[in-house]
Amino acid sequence: MLNLFLRRLMLGIVTVVIVSIIIFLGVELLPGDACTAFLEREAQGKLLENCRNDLGLGRPAYERYLEWAVGAAQGDLGISANGQKSIADLVGHRLGNSLLLALCAMCAGIPLAIILGVVTGLWRDRSVDLVFSTSAIFAMTIPEFVSATVLILLFSVWLEWLPGIVLTPADSPASDFFPEILLPVIVLAMVMTAHILRMVRSSVIQVMESDYIQMATLKGVPYWQTVFRHALPNALLPAINVVALTIAWLLGGVVVIEVVFNYPGLGRMMIDAISDRDLPVVQAIALIVATVYVCVNLTADLMTMIANPRLRTHYLRK
Amino acid sequence: MTETNLHRHSSAFSRLSGVLSDVVSRPSGAIGLFLVIFHIVLALTSPYLVPFDYKEMNASFMLSGPTSTHWLGADHLGRDVLSRTLLGGREALLVTAIATPIAVIWGGFVGILLGLVGGRIDEVLMRIVDAFLSLPWILKMLVLIVTFGTGMFVLIPTLAFFYGIPVIRIARAATHDVVARDFISAARARGHKKMTIIRRELLPNVLDTLMVEGAMRWSWMLLAFSSLSFLGFGVSPPTPDWGLMIADARGFMSFAPVGVIAPVVALSSLIIGINLTADSLAKALGIDRAQKAPV
Repeated sequence: MLNLFLRRLMLGIVTVVIVSIIIFLGVELLPGDACTAFLEREAQGKLLENCRNDLGLGRPAYERYLEWAVGAAQGDLGISANGQKSIADLVGHRLGNSLLLALCAMCAGIPLAIILGVVTGLWRDRSVDLVFSTSAIFAMTIPEFVSATVLILLFSVWLEWLPGIVLTPADSPASDFFPEILLPVIVLAMVMTAHILRMVRSSVIQVMESDYIQMATLKGVPYWQTVFRHALPNALLPAINVVALTIAWLLGGVVVIEVVFNYPGLGRMMIDAISDRDLPVVQAIALIVATVYVCVNLTADLMTMIANPRLRTHYLRK
Repeated sequence: MTETNLHRHSSAFSRLSGVLSDVVSRPSGAIGLFLVIFHIVLALTSPYLVPFDYKEMNASFMLSGPTSTHWLGADHLGRDVLSRTLLGGREALLVTAIATPIAVIWGGFVGILLGLVGGRIDEVLMRIVDAFLSLPWILKMLVLIVTFGTGMFVLIPTLAFFYGIPVIRIARAATHDVVARDFISAARARGHKKMTIIRRELLPNVLDTLMVEGAMRWSWMLLAFSSLSFLGFGVSPPTPDWGLMIADARGFMSFAPVGVIAPVVALSSLIIGINLTADSLAKALGIDRAQKAPV
């Protein structure tokens, strides 16, 4: 078990290392360097030279990569091209705010998705199922900025129930973000719920049709006991991984949501950094996001392994 | 993959019409297909339909609600919202309609090849694919767009490249489902080349998966495209585009809500149409779409 987990951990670390190489190479291969990108066309003579010296761009690429990667592993993400501030300081609060947003959405979305997924799966093709499955398609396919705009129009402009924009500064404590955070959380939770609901529904349908459930029914096990004792544990297991992948996929959507609501998170910082062509900051954020993705997947794999002894031995035999 | 999907000698045309009639026979499929066809026809004909020039500004109508001249009102520059909404999907449809097949073809080819060949090279490339997938789409797109500009000739290859990468994974998994079967071993024993095996044995069996995948990629590309123009990194003004229109009209939502609602309805109906079609297509082909996470 420990052995297996360690192997999975190694795989995750390898992925992060490859990502860091891709990020570094990607930025290297772009025309110009961090300084010409940041200073743009006005870059000449002294200014450019100073900037290059500050960021140490004169040295060979592999040397800079090693320095950057080793520094990042120790929590030092370098300095930004803009104002030469330490990126780790800039990123800290923003990352926390983004995690707060994601966490709130997960707490609301995941239980709701599981309940609705089980209900729609058990009452397949009835009106409950049709209503929720259709709404799920709507919720998960409409771009986040569209649903966000519609909700702002509804709840802040017309009904005036919730604030439609976040004005709290980035370094405020978490409690200051309420109630401003509610609308962004609702938008994010909506998309998340829709994805997980569909997954859980199809998984429940599959398990309920399987032989061992029919066997239980034929043996005369009461319906609800069959559902809770025999079907659900097996049906919800594969959901763990999909939840993880969905969360990771939503990292892209979070960026848009943060921009729409003016939420001071990592996503909006990324857009600002890209607009300013502040490449060191872009690199750092890319690495953080990729690491979060790998960690979420790792956690999901670990939970699946713990929950499913069959999978555990299956992996070992492989 | 069920046995019924393995027939490769039935004529492609009769198969396609069978799948199509299956899609249309489901209410969601019929609605979805109708929406998609409606939008395609609209995109082709809208330049001849619009009542106003999309660039024409008329200060006296600025942010007006619906009137008898401007049925959906005018935006903050006094431009006709109806005309701009009718035209607003053309660029998005054109770019994504070109990029989607490219993404599915290159991703599908690489995926099938890796699934067939396996071994060290497969392992290494899949690590790289995983690494690419761990970066959010918006970051990858934006870095390239900021560097190379926002023209169509940047957007099409960028979308086609990044949206082809998850297809590699899907195509590889679908190939693994068939590659261990007897008819592949038979083809290998007959001494066929890899390309022949891919073309004659593997492709017919993973085509269904790729078709469903293509429909889904299309809707996600549209989502990406419109999100980018919403953020100001896509279509450049004054070209009408739904994402851009929503971004522009958002600030005036409290007094001219129609300016937001019109592009929202247009964009949502297209994306929902594509997804309903993809959903019914998946059901018609016997592929469980919901089991897959959006990667």
